[in-house]
Amino acid sequence: MSAPAPPRSESLRDAYGQTLVELGASDPEMVVFDADLSGSTRTVLFGKKYPERFFNVGVMEPTMMTMAAGLALSGRTVFASTFAVFAAGQAYNQVRQSICYNRANVKIVATHGGLTVGGDGGTHQMVEDIGLMRGLPRMTVVVPADAPTTRTATRVLHDTRGPAYLRLPRENLPVVTDGEFRLGRAPELAAGSDLTIAAVGVMVARALEVARRLGEGGISVRVLDLASVKPFDEPAILRAARETGAILVLEEHSVLTGVGALVASVTAEQYPVPVRRVGVADLFGESGEPWALLDRYGLSVERIGDEAWELLKLRGKVQ
Amino acid sequence: MDAAASPTELRTLERAAREVRRAILEMLTISGSGHSGGSLSVTDLVTALLFRDLRYDPHNPAWADRDRLVLSKGHAAPAFYAALAVRGWIPREELATLRRLGSRLQGHVDREKLPFVEASTGCLGQGIGMAVGMALDGRLRGANHQVYAILGDGECQAGPTWEALMAGGHFKLDRLTVIIDRNGLETDGATEAILGIEPLAEKLAAFRYQVLEIDGHNLGEILDAYARARATRDRPTAIVARTVKGKGVSFMEHQHAWHGKAPSREEAQRALAELPPLPGEEGRA
Ligand SMILES: Cc1ncc(C[n+]2csc(CCOP(=O)(O)OP(=O)(O)O)c2C)c(N)n1
Ligand SMILES: [Mg+2]
Repeated sequence: MSAPAPPRSESLRDAYGQTLVELGASDPEMVVFDADLSGSTRTVLFGKKYPERFFNVGVMEPTMMTMAAGLALSGRTVFASTFAVFAAGQAYNQVRQSICYNRANVKIVATHGGLTVGGDGGTHQMVEDIGLMRGLPRMTVVVPADAPTTRTATRVLHDTRGPAYLRLPRENLPVVTDGEFRLGRAPELAAGSDLTIAAVGVMVARALEVARRLGEGGISVRVLDLASVKPFDEPAILRAARETGAILVLEEHSVLTGVGALVASVTAEQYPVPVRRVGVADLFGESGEPWALLDRYGLSVERIGDEAWELLKLRGKVQ
Repeated sequence: MDAAASPTELRTLERAAREVRRAILEMLTISGSGHSGGSLSVTDLVTALLFRDLRYDPHNPAWADRDRLVLSKGHAAPAFYAALAVRGWIPREELATLRRLGSRLQGHVDREKLPFVEASTGCLGQGIGMAVGMALDGRLRGANHQVYAILGDGECQAGPTWEALMAGGHFKLDRLTVIIDRNGLETDGATEAILGIEPLAEKLAAFRYQVLEIDGHNLGEILDAYARARATRDRPTAIVARTVKGKGVSFMEHQHAWHGKAPSREEAQRALAELPPLPGEEGRA
């Protein structure tokens, strides 16, 4: 069954673009790059306001990253945007060498992450970027769940020196947080003691929905927003392991290298409890309607509910 | 096919191209998303290949000596699908499945889904490299199939494009024909305003290509260029085809806003009215 697109949604991309404009006023040195997708990434808003500090370099993602690094090494804070598949995929080694190895102060803000890109299909549905980016030394990785967190995270990244990767979806998302964001902190969006559901990005709303449904049956589910993928809030995960005994991780990303794998490794080493990952299997995506794609690839509310139920059974909390 | 096209043959191709444009508009309207501008600009170039110059057996897509067509600007998938349908190689009704879950007609051409696709593309700057590889294979096998790569002009900003072009020139891949859809626009505006690629013909010549500059909507010029490319030995050919993005639809022409947008039903009606089917031999559509 297809979950409908959630109501009262806001655009994370607009939130990013608007925040760039605000930052541009307070930081006159800041520059922004884009690679012929400024309408989609919303950097166009900054470009209109500060044309002299905006560089749309065309279809040229790898060299956009090296140029951004050059400006950063000259003392500036630099934002560089394109789609996730081009930022993390096309330009991976430029990000690795020119940005991370050089510790260049470049904030890569990648839009169109994950399956919900929709019609463009598997070539554009980047589900490996979180793994690629969190594997890079010196990289900060953030995956916000809504527009308010996107605003705060964009500011926090601007104010924190060093390389960063912010992943945004194409689709609008319901507001599910109060917008508070701190690096290395996983906010608890719902309190609970029977099970923890930890999620990133578009999956946070689904985590809350499943927690609500289970709550109607008297099951108490803790929901964690893992927006700060790196630095990661290990204490919050270990607390969840101790206090709820099992963790279900949801992500619009490959389960091979995403946050589920991260949670599993943290708990396995420090406090082993059952962990299950709901995400994209070892597969590329395909064209389709965004929310139907999530369901098709096993990220439906029903499937999450089933996985939660399995964990609760394993823990003896339900029959 | 190298013999010059007869006037009748040209009229047949023009009718086909018109029908392909209509099919592009119809499928994009049903899909609700997709790339209108770059599909309409490349239509005549693709039609000439699929209806005439490409040596290809639709019943045997694995034929080793078939010509290869790589749509390096993979977002022009609607033009390719529409041409396949008008040619009769896929059912016309299938066009309504563009970008739908489970469809063979992915947002960007996908060889795992649709047999006529030689290489899956969508990330600009890679199809041309795969085409160079296919031309190298032809040389190794002593085969004489032609390899066609269709590129966007925005795609000519990408470094990998020039790396692949350099390789094609270096290896003297005379079976390689690079077709550049020089519509002057990319996603955000004009190529020359964003990151200029001119002088394009001179660059390609410096990369050791025979360069042919043509009107990419004149089927006679297109066929001549394909014939000259096929006849040329010892170097690859680059055809710089001057085109109009959104060609044929007045409100789409030269508008970068139509790069990645599909028409609404009302817009499609207006567009189709501007592109009525051309009368056939018997004087009817
Ligand atoms: C490497 C890469 N970067 C960005 C994109 C997104 N994108 C798709 S089409 C396009 C513009 C291409 O312009 P052009 O090559 O001129 O295509 P055309 O005008 O023929 O549609 C962009 C930036 C992409 N597909 N691949
Ligand atoms: Mg173009």
